[in-house]
Amino acid sequence: MLAKHLDKKYDTPEMDKQPSRNGYGEGLVEAAKRDTRIVALAADLTESTRTLPFAEAFPDRFVQVGITEQSMASVASGMAAMGKVPFIASYAMFSPGRNWEQIRTTIAYNQSNVKIIGAHAGVSVGPDGATHQAIEDIALMRVIPNMVVIAPADVHEARKATLAAAKYEGPVYIRVGRSNTPIVTTAESPFEIGKAVVMYERTEALSADVAIVVTGTLLFNALKAAQALEARGIGTTVLHMPTVKPLDTEALLRVAREYKGMVTVEEHQRVGGLGGAVAEYLSEVHPTKIRRVGVDDVFGQSGEPDELVEHYGMGVEGIVRAAELVQG
Amino acid sequence: MHYLTSKEVQSLELKANQIRQSIIEMLVAAGSGHTAGPLGMADIFSLLYFKVMQHDPKNPLWSERDRLVLSNGHICPVLYATLAHAGYFPLEELVTLRKFGSRLQGHPHRTALPGIETSSGPLGSGLSQAIGMALAERIDNPYSSKYVYCITGDGELNEGQVWEAALLAGKEKLHNLIVIVDRNGIQIDGYTKDVMPLEPLAEKFEAFNFDVQEVDGHNIRAVNDAIGKAQAVYGQPSLIIAHTIASKGVDVFERDFRWHGNPPGKGPEDRVPKDKQAEVALAKLRTLAGLIAKEDIS
Repeated sequence: MLAKHLDKKYDTPEMDKQPSRNGYGEGLVEAAKRDTRIVALAADLTESTRTLPFAEAFPDRFVQVGITEQSMASVASGMAAMGKVPFIASYAMFSPGRNWEQIRTTIAYNQSNVKIIGAHAGVSVGPDGATHQAIEDIALMRVIPNMVVIAPADVHEARKATLAAAKYEGPVYIRVGRSNTPIVTTAESPFEIGKAVVMYERTEALSADVAIVVTGTLLFNALKAAQALEARGIGTTVLHMPTVKPLDTEALLRVAREYKGMVTVEEHQRVGGLGGAVAEYLSEVHPTKIRRVGVDDVFGQSGEPDELVEHYGMGVEGIVRAAELVQG
Repeated sequence: MHYLTSKEVQSLELKANQIRQSIIEMLVAAGSGHTAGPLGMADIFSLLYFKVMQHDPKNPLWSERDRLVLSNGHICPVLYATLAHAGYFPLEELVTLRKFGSRLQGHPHRTALPGIETSSGPLGSGLSQAIGMALAERIDNPYSSKYVYCITGDGELNEGQVWEAALLAGKEKLHNLIVIVDRNGIQIDGYTKDVMPLEPLAEKFEAFNFDVQEVDGHNIRAVNDAIGKAQAVYGQPSLIIAHTIASKGVDVFERDFRWHGNPPGKGPEDRVPKDKQAEVALAKLRTLAGLIAKEDIS
């Protein structure tokens, strides 16, 4: 059964789609109206990262650094040292891809209050191909102490994550996508850093077979997979974890104890991301049979977003197959 | 511009000498660390912390302070020694350098020790951070008289990030930013001219729209005058190429790149045997202090 806080147009012909990056643009302007400490930096990708509305509304608080992702991370650290709350945005491949050490030393080790927005994350970047498809960024950010890692499901959640990051004291990484993503949540549905949300509850008549744990824009596919599984008599729940770090261990342990098996789903390498985090935690406290859905140690390629997600096994059928394997 | 009396110069030279002695003692206690850079920059640190910069050792986070970003974090013994002599923390703590549990980490950690503005060590990121500070200050107060000083090594200028940052400093016309390059001509693998030639260095930064000056980094009055001029520059960031002598003050260590990353006791032996290096260095510095104190400044 779908959670009540989902968008009513879910899976109807009227269902809206938007890139999750739009939520960053909206949230940033909204947060900046309330908090004059907020500044934003862009590295020649002002429009496509959706920093442009902020730059137009607050030109004195916007810094165009040119194509200098490494310097941008450290400039933001310097601004944070003076009491600003900087948001830096580029494509995830370049930030945190290219400037990882600057983020580690000058932002995280410094405990700088900098927010890092990695846009165009995942293979769903599409035609640009493998060079622009960041599928390692969660792993890169997750290993750094002090870093919060968030992968919002859709435009609403990206907006809420941006607002929450602005209020949170410390470094935060938010990954957002380029392509149109089904709008599953609403402006009102719950979001809190570090909290997982049940998005699909098992039909009571069915046994507790599979828990799907998902992060980011594949939430729609995870929900569709749950519905398909339940139609085949496999009792399923979907736990949505927009925050990969800190991991909501309480929610995770609850479903691990209740369900026979678990499937993790993310638009990321199968190693080092959400699946890695979940497996690391549960193997120590409650060994659980887990299958990890994600890109299997290969690079992406050009194509349309949906066909790439399907090709790399992250479509609805891919999730269903993984669930059948884990509960069988 | 702050004029220095002869007595002030003498006093700053003596302070630099004390800082150098502390550096030797710290490095010997640590058994590892960098010698050449810290000794070479002692005169400039003495001038900055005991004359030029607005700061308050009793209130390290004073909001009106000038900021110093040490980009070449490996020369931190000179920063630590200067901060201790200025009263940020007890002098006795200096010998905990690089030890387990010490606030004096092998490379500076912002949250560990009062007076440290930023963590550094990985080279090339300090200029960007200093630019961020200068930008933030200008957003809050376009007429600010606070300055951000950024100390960089010359070898460090090999890093691409420095030039990314230099583009931005020029673009943003950050006249509240003053960069001081420790031009001692050495880096770990050898002389900078061999590892990666930098010249013409002044012209490079001028091409990035910096106001550039070159000074003798051990002539305290000359450095003070250069900083005074840099403060007066409008509409451009400033950069001072301070020509320094690696290991300055201990003549038997001077100008040898092999002293870059070795402490006394573990350095090259051609001029002093290892077991005499610490003792000789301290004796030479004490003799030098005596000579400075005796100078006729009437």
